[in-house]
Parts: sequence; C-alpha cells; structure tokens
Amino acid sequence: MKKSVLFGALTVTGLAAGATQAATLDDVKERGELNCGVVTGLAGFGAPDANGVWEGFDVSVCRAVAAAVLGDPTAVNFVPTTGQTRFTALASGEIDMLARNTTWTFSRDTDLKFDFAGVNYYDGQGFIVPTELGVSSAKDLDGATVCIQTGTTTELNLADFFRNNNISYEPVPVETNAEAQQQYLAGACDAYTTDASGLAATRATFENPGDHVILPEIISKEPLGPLVRHGDNEWGDIVRWTLNALIAAEEFGVTSANVNELASAPGTNPEVNRLLGTEGELGAMIGLENDWAKRAIAAGGNYGEIFEKNIGENTPIGLARGLNAQWTNGGLIYAPPFR
Amino acid sequence: MSDTHAQTVSYVRETMLPQAEPPVGNRDALLWMRENLFSGWLNILLTLVSLYVIWWALAHTMPWVFRGIWNAGSLSECREIRDATLPEGISAACWAVLGDRWQQLMFGFYPRELYWRPVLALVIFLAAIAPVLFAHVPRRALWFTALSPFVMFWLLWGGSVWFPVSIAFGFVLGWAAWRALSGPAGTLVASIVAALLPIVYWLYTAGPLARELEQVLALGIEYVPSQDFGGFMLSFIIGIAGIILSLPLGILLALGRQSDLFIINKISVGFIEIIRGVPLIVWLFTASLLLNYFLPPGTNFDLMLRVIIMVTLFAAAYIAEVVRGGLAALPKGQYEGADSLGLSYWQSMRLIILPQALKISIPGIVNTFIGLFKDTTLVVFIGLLDPIGLSNAIRASTEWNGIYWELFVFIGLLFFICCFSMSRYSLYLEKKLQRGHN
Repeated sequence: MKKSVLFGALTVTGLAAGATQAATLDDVKERGELNCGVVTGLAGFGAPDANGVWEGFDVSVCRAVAAAVLGDPTAVNFVPTTGQTRFTALASGEIDMLARNTTWTFSRDTDLKFDFAGVNYYDGQGFIVPTELGVSSAKDLDGATVCIQTGTTTELNLADFFRNNNISYEPVPVETNAEAQQQYLAGACDAYTTDASGLAATRATFENPGDHVILPEIISKEPLGPLVRHGDNEWGDIVRWTLNALIAAEEFGVTSANVNELASAPGTNPEVNRLLGTEGELGAMIGLENDWAKRAIAAGGNYGEIFEKNIGENTPIGLARGLNAQWTNGGLIYAPPFR
Repeated sequence: MSDTHAQTVSYVRETMLPQAEPPVGNRDALLWMRENLFSGWLNILLTLVSLYVIWWALAHTMPWVFRGIWNAGSLSECREIRDATLPEGISAACWAVLGDRWQQLMFGFYPRELYWRPVLALVIFLAAIAPVLFAHVPRRALWFTALSPFVMFWLLWGGSVWFPVSIAFGFVLGWAAWRALSGPAGTLVASIVAALLPIVYWLYTAGPLARELEQVLALGIEYVPSQDFGGFMLSFIIGIAGIILSLPLGILLALGRQSDLFIINKISVGFIEIIRGVPLIVWLFTASLLLNYFLPPGTNFDLMLRVIIMVTLFAAAYIAEVVRGGLAALPKGQYEGADSLGLSYWQSMRLIILPQALKISIPGIVNTFIGLFKDTTLVVFIGLLDPIGLSNAIRASTEWNGIYWELFVFIGLLFFICCFSMSRYSLYLEKKLQRGHN
C-alpha cells in the first residue's frame, strides 16, 4: 500500500513535469541560451576543438537554431550525451533539442515520445575489410569474424543480414569505435561494421587507407536527424524549419557569403525573398523575427556548406554527398516549399 | 677484571684483531644478488627468465616512448615526421597530442585565463590537509582547514563571495545553538536544534541573505558553470569531495550499525546494505537520469553535485564496513574500561575506541579511497568529460582521430601518481601510529 502511494506520487510528479514543459521557445529566450544535446565526440559530427569550441555537422544544426531563435550562433550550451543518457536528457527537459547522430525509428518517434525534425544525414551500415582479404562483396564474408559495437542497432542489423543471406559469421564484441579500430588493425577481426560515415572517418585515420576497402553493400537505413520532445509543436516547428531553411538555401544558391546581400532587398526569386524575410511574414508564423532564416544561414552556411566544411570530400573524413545530395542532384535531401 | 689469570693463562689473547672486509664475493650487491637471485639452480633459471621478460617488454615499449614526436599539429603530421626521420617500419609515439591538448585533459573547458583559480584551490587544499595529515603542523592551522572548503568552492566556481559566506554562516549558527543549549536544555535537545537550525537556515534564509549582501556590497569573481569543468580537475574535485565527505559519514554509519538503538541501527544497516549492494554505475545513472524525472522541471540541480553526492554515499557505505571491522577488532575490555571510567558514549568513542579502531582500519580506508578516486572515471558513462571522456572527444577531432595509447599512457600516469602517493601516506601513517611491541 505504502509503495503504491509512493509510486503514485512519483508518477504524478513525472506527469506534472511533462505538462509544464510547453513553451520551450519562451524558456530559451528567457535563458538567452539554447541547451543542445550533442555527442561526446564523433569525428566530423561533433567534438570540441583545442579551445573547447564545439564544431561538427550536428553541432552546426544547434548553432543554426540558436542563430534563428536568439540571433547568436554562439549562444548554445552544449550538453554532451552518451547513447544511454541522450533520450532521458531530452525527455526530462535538461536539453531543448538533441542533435546527436540519432537514427529516426518508429519506436523512438512514438513510444519514446519524441518528434524528429527531419533528416540531416542519410546513413547506412557498411563493412570495411583489408584489401588483402580479396573480398569484393559483403556476401563473400561467410565464416568471417566481424568486430561490432555492442548494444547498438548495428548488432541487430548484422544478425539480420547474415541470416537473410544464409551465411555465418563470428561476432567480436567491442565497446567503442576507438577500440574497434585497434582490434581491427590488430587483426582481431576480418571485418568491421558500423555506419558508413563512421567507416569512412575510421579509414581516414589509418596509416595506409589504401590497404582497406569499404564494401559496396549498405545493409540498413539510418536516417539521422535532430529531435525534440513531444508536446511542444511550436518548438518542433522552429527546429524543423530551421533545418529546412538550410536545405532550401543550398537549393536556391543562398550561401553564407551572399546571404546578407540577398536579404538586403527583395530579389527576383519570390521563394528566396520569403525565406530571407524580404517578402511575406513567415518568421511571425513561428514566433520569430522575419530574418530568422537569414541568421541561421549566416551562422554556418547552407546545408551544402556545412556538409563540405565538416564531413565533405575535402575533409579528412571525405564523405561523398551520395544520398545526401539535393533532390535536384539525385539525392534525398529535399525541403518543402517556403510559402 | 682480576689479574689472577693474567699470569696463569698465558695464551689468552688480550687484543682484538682488526675487523677485515668480507671477501669480494660475499659483500654488498654481490652478496645480495647471490643470496636473493642466484641461490640455487632453480632460482638462477627463474632470474634469467624474469630478466629476459623484463628486457623484452622494455625493449618493445621504451624505444616507442623515447622516440616519441613532440612537435606536430596532427596525427598525420606526426606520421610524416616519423617517416622522414626514422627508418621504415619503426613506430614512435606521437606525444604532440599532449602538447596540443594537455590543458584540456587537466582542466576541461575551464576558461584559459582563469587556470590560476583551480591551481590556487589545489594549493589551498594541500595546505589545508597538512595539519590533518601531519602532527607537527601547529594545531591552530585547523581553523584554516575548516575554512578552506568554502574558499576552494568560491575559487573553483566563482560568483559572489557572499554565497559561500552565507553557507558557512549556517555552520556557525549550528555551533552557536549547540553552545547555547547544551548546558540548560540537555545534550539531546541541543543536538537536534543544532542539526535542524542550519538546515532551515540554508533552505529559507541563506539564498536571500546572500543576495541582500550582494546588493549592499558586490564582491565576486567571474562565475564558471559546472559544465565547463572537465579533465583531471573534474576527477580531482569528485574524488576529493567524495573522500572528505565520506569519512565522517562512514564513521557515523559504522557507529550506527554497532548501536543498540533500534531505529538508528536498522537505518544504518539498511543504508549500508542497499548502497553497497548496487553497482556504482547504477547509482550514477540514477543520479543523472532518474532524478531528472522526479525533480520539478526548471530546477537546476547541478549534475556534478548529484554525482558528488552519489559517490560520497557509495564510499561512505564501504568506509562504514571498514571501520566496523576496526571496531570489532578491539577487545571488549576497551569498551568496558571506558565505561568504568565513567565516560559518556561520545567521550568513550572519541577518546578510547575510535583512535584505536581507526588506526587498525587505515589500510582498508586508504584502499577504499584509492578505489573511489579511480572509480570517478565511471562518470564518462553519464556524459561528464573526465580524462577518459575527453580522450574520446580529442580522438573525435580531425587532427587526432586514430590516436590511442598516448592518451591512455598519460591518463594512467597521472592516476598512478595520485594513488601511489595516497598509498605511501598510509604506510607512513601506519608506521607513525605503531604502538605495538614488535
């Protein structure tokens, strides 16, 4: 009896906590700072530099939202989260949004009560093998030992893939990506599997990247994107449309270099005008100033610029656009119209 | 001496021969080696095998360590320098990562121009524990020790000076209540008031009082939020706070477990068994995840503070059992002797029982402290950037992606220095307190 009273009280407190967490936008404005959950360190996607300044592909999304809402891309309080703590941090209100290479799945969207604001990177699970193994397809990996990070969706995907193809493998469980690199290089496993973006980043750090090849098969869908809590749709809209603004900016050729010039006076393209606030009242519809998108784009550039700067082909990580090209270039990156 | 025998026994020698050096093979290092390393064919064999193993291990690691490259901007630059200066296939450490990031490993994201503050706090800490650790420091210095936690807190976090002052005032309040009431109202009432009054004061008066004082006279240094803390500084703060707070709590719990008072006894037993029966990582997850749901939203209950509380409670449960071992080892005569002198419970504990019990427990207590200090690295799992967490973050930057052993060697070395000094101090203390007959 006593126990049930206690748990009842706890549940009520928990519900009360959920109910009072509406108006995130007001909280952020009052605080003057955006609490953004990021990864504790993933090459290209988010890590602090030598001066403690966070940078990376996911980090740029936080900065863009901060710029749109507060007008200052540095007004972000980065909260490092691990795979275990990220969802609780978001659900409990410790962070306002999570931009931490998180895969959009059914249960996370519904059961865990989050809203994905969109996809900023289409990833998928792949394999890396030494060239000398002479393997050209993942289907040739029958009987191979595979290094795999435990407790991730990649583990389940791997089991599914090998079962579907009726081949066998021997898993070598590892804890972190860094450990996996060491094990793989030491020859403890024939192949290493994780998200393709991670494989590319890992291969880039090898002494002789040419001795290793990433197999063509992508065995899972991993759409990664920023997410917010259920229950505050206004805030969700802001994050969603900030991301869309970055994507649309690339499509219309608005870059960090020319955004100020384009926003100074209405131009010929009415959609660009609406996006940059020289025409219409889009900003007011989401409770922001009319130049919100201009500020977001000026913070770190459009989607393409952010991609090239952090993980693109000219960086050590060297990812090609692939699926993450604009839809006009055969990719999946597509922003709904600004109207 | 009598002269009787001088005449009768003529062959008795009257002078000593001068002492001669032992033969070359039987002295100093050679003797030691012969006795300890080469005293039989089995020992000779084992010595040779051991020497070979040591040589093999050093030959494989030392060149890597000493060939290390100190001046480079990234791992690939390190590799270029190595390829340019060393023959092919020879590996070398890339210590340049430490040169680039050692400040981060030590201080986390603490503002660079304020590094003097944690360093000064450490100096104050070392000065403050000196009178506790070494008996020959004047006793009056203990006042400085009592004051130092507030000074250290203020130096580390900064902000208004009135906040730590108003917190410290709570202790003064409790002490004053005890002094005022213990005579007229009896010890029990005095202890209850002395415990409750500061708590009420902290809850309702301390905050407003600090703000009022701040308005009257603004006095403060730049505030640094907890999330800027990281690296070794974080491990140190959590470890030291845990060590200092858990010792008194652990002693109280041990006494509580020995107590005849039913409720106190059962609470102590329950607390110790529950805290000790669950892994520390679970308590850390509780601190970081579960509490978030139950605290009202908007309450800014610092994650670091939560972790310090959990680590303290965890260590206190272990200390309590170590001290209980010491209490149990005392012969019953000590307790009865104290009683027969007419000492009160607290007097007998303070003067007779605890000094002996704690002396016996020293190795166990220090053992627990060393374990606690190393366990602080577990906070990496709740997203705090301790040295291990930062090594991950450093590895995620494009310059240092792929670096591995160099960071762990450095972190391991720092932890070893701290733990080894603790263990040496415990040996010193044991020797100093040696009262036995052997």
